[in-house]
Amino acid sequence: MPLDPDSVRPVAGAHVRARGWGWRHAGRGAPAVSGLDLDIRPGERVLLLGASGAGKSTLVHALAGVLGSEDEGDETGELLVDGRRPADARGRVGLVLQDPDSQVVLARVGDDVAFGCENLAVPRDEIWRRVGAALDSVGLRLPLDHPTSALSGGQKQRLALAGVLAMRPGLLLLDEPTANLDPEGVIEVRDAVRRTLDASGATLIVIEHRVAVWQDLVDRVIVLDAAGGILADGPTGTVLQSEGERLAAAGVWVPHLPPRLPGRLPSRLPADLGLQAGGAQTPDLLLSASGLAVGRVPFARRTARVVAGGIDLTIGAGTATAITGPNGAGKSTLALTLAGLLAPAGGRLAASPGLAGGLGTEPVRWRSRALLTRIGTVFQDPEHQFLSGSVRAELAVGPHALGLAPAEQVRRVDELLERLRLDHLAEANPFTLSGGEKRRLSVATVLASRPRVLVLDEPTFGQDSRTWRELVALLVEVQSAGTALVFVTHDELLVDTIADSEYRLAGGRAGSAAGSAAGARR
Amino acid sequence: MSLLTPSIRPSAVARLNPISKLGAAIVVSLALLLSIDWVSALVALALEGVLLYWCGLSARQFWLRTSTLWIAAPFAGLTTVLYGRDSGAVLLTIGFVTVTDGSVQLGLAIALRVLAIGLPGIVLLATTDPTDLADGLAQVLRLPARFVLGGLAGLRLVGMFIEDWRFLSLARRARGVGDGGGPIGALRRFFGPAFALLVISVRRGSKLATAMEARGFGTAPRTWARASAIGAGDAVMLGLGLGIAGIAIAVAVWAGTWHFVLS
Repeated sequence: MPLDPDSVRPVAGAHVRARGWGWRHAGRGAPAVSGLDLDIRPGERVLLLGASGAGKSTLVHALAGVLGSEDEGDETGELLVDGRRPADARGRVGLVLQDPDSQVVLARVGDDVAFGCENLAVPRDEIWRRVGAALDSVGLRLPLDHPTSALSGGQKQRLALAGVLAMRPGLLLLDEPTANLDPEGVIEVRDAVRRTLDASGATLIVIEHRVAVWQDLVDRVIVLDAAGGILADGPTGTVLQSEGERLAAAGVWVPHLPPRLPGRLPSRLPADLGLQAGGAQTPDLLLSASGLAVGRVPFARRTARVVAGGIDLTIGAGTATAITGPNGAGKSTLALTLAGLLAPAGGRLAASPGLAGGLGTEPVRWRSRALLTRIGTVFQDPEHQFLSGSVRAELAVGPHALGLAPAEQVRRVDELLERLRLDHLAEANPFTLSGGEKRRLSVATVLASRPRVLVLDEPTFGQDSRTWRELVALLVEVQSAGTALVFVTHDELLVDTIADSEYRLAGGRAGSAAGSAAGARR
Repeated sequence: MSLLTPSIRPSAVARLNPISKLGAAIVVSLALLLSIDWVSALVALALEGVLLYWCGLSARQFWLRTSTLWIAAPFAGLTTVLYGRDSGAVLLTIGFVTVTDGSVQLGLAIALRVLAIGLPGIVLLATTDPTDLADGLAQVLRLPARFVLGGLAGLRLVGMFIEDWRFLSLARRARGVGDGGGPIGALRRFFGPAFALLVISVRRGSKLATAMEARGFGTAPRTWARASAIGAGDAVMLGLGLGIAGIAIAVAVWAGTWHFVLS
């Protein structure tokens, strides 16, 4: 995309220098970063890697000057941007964070981009020139009064990037900017970053454990050592070659070292064996949708707004069905409908007599407790489904609601704790777990009541390669025990690894009122 | 989320600076709080009704937005009729309750007052974009940008709370505790997610604060991308507010019903 040469004027790239730098968060015993010596030349593009807990985010937050004051932690050594302390170099440094939703400040696209410039006291005429140029350079060609709430995740991240670019930073910091995006959004953001760097010449530091996304854009890789200092530093190819094995073991997605699954993968079934639309009468059929339309009832409204319709789908015991499609196509809504949590907006969703076990055929009419042994749901955000103060109590919620004998409850909980390696965390509060642990727990809580269908919404979102591997191994095990898996995902590797069939919703992008929902089967 | 980008129909009132609308509403409310009598409230209400014409609200929007007022006003009035200070002829006595000439008049005055004070506030909200209001508060009234913009950004989180709450409720159903248990179960189902919502929103709020700080918020003097200025139309609006207040008081004094609450 050609840029107006005047609009994104080259800025001098910033120089980063650290000498014996370290930071310990208040109240923690060990420092997050220590003994760091580093020089990054103006215009360099650096990929920052390291095991989780190595202090990548801490370093990037420090460079952005948002680590907080002295009472929020202890600083040692020296960290400088262009020879100044980061807190005095505001405006020279721009930061884009991981979560698209918590970076939007204002309600309209133009205002949000202008926000940073206002804070730097840029004159009004100049602000609007910069806003237009920044939106152009990230490829976000929308009216300035377009509501920010109507943007997709990828668009929100590009908006955040535009807001930072309008401040003309010499150092661009990206903290896992694409971790929460669909593949399309990842490419959008990456390409926008490339274009703007080519035009501005700014220095780049990006944190991302999916190396493949950035490896062609960066020219240097720095690996932080969790024990302090730097583990490896050098040209991209060299570092990935020499440190690849160690990085992969620490959870980094190294392109030439895909995660290896423990044990044997189930032999892949032919694409539509026992699942084709006509084969609805197989003995192990659990759920079938015909002409199903899904939608959600907007706040303070009575009727559902349909996001996808005309869905024909059957779910059989022991099968794994992937639901894919672009953002806003209604994947999550379909999953919640199949899970008996949302009422169908049209058409029919029927449980087989075998699954219903004496209840009616419509899962949404079952009582909450009846769902437990029939259809379990793992939500996209694990925090949404935590109800208790400890991991142990959390796992017992389902068995307790089922009215199982106390001994049986304890047995099931202990078994899951051990199998999912959560036993050392049994008394921890679920909200304090790491991302990978939260995900494992959220799956385990559902398994505790042994449902025959397991519905998962984006189970591998934001997981590093190690937690990914653990999760996939667990799902394979559950499936081979006869449970039907239905999962919404953007993760092509997951689809290739465990799905027997893929149901693709071909909706419009987020923000369009309704997606046409022509389903396609692979 | 329509909370922050409401669809406001273009109208003479919608074009005004939110600060002048706020000012006019405050002037009218203050005047009506000075006395409790039915004449001043009725006059103010009638004059406000005339101004509604320029607000661009559709009938549906108007009734939807003001629905709470139409419920609150009669109730406030009725309560006063039954339990308010009694004076004049006794019309009805049932146990503790005495209805008199005085309490009926007082009830009428209260009901009309609730309407006359509530109406301008609701019209203000219905014709104002929150971003414009924030601009006005910061640029015209010179309130600190930190509070005004912090509040505005926080308002955006409300939309997310609603979404979070929805997921929390669905999750409880999925986990087998979504129904049953009678009233105690219902109470538990309310407070359980309330705690989770608190944790989730505090976390989200602090992330938003970091993102704002990273963009240089809250340090030095700032400029404003959007100008918020007071024009001739705003002077007219303020004048109308003063006019309504003045006329309402004058008519009430002339009719002899004005009763200064502070005397």
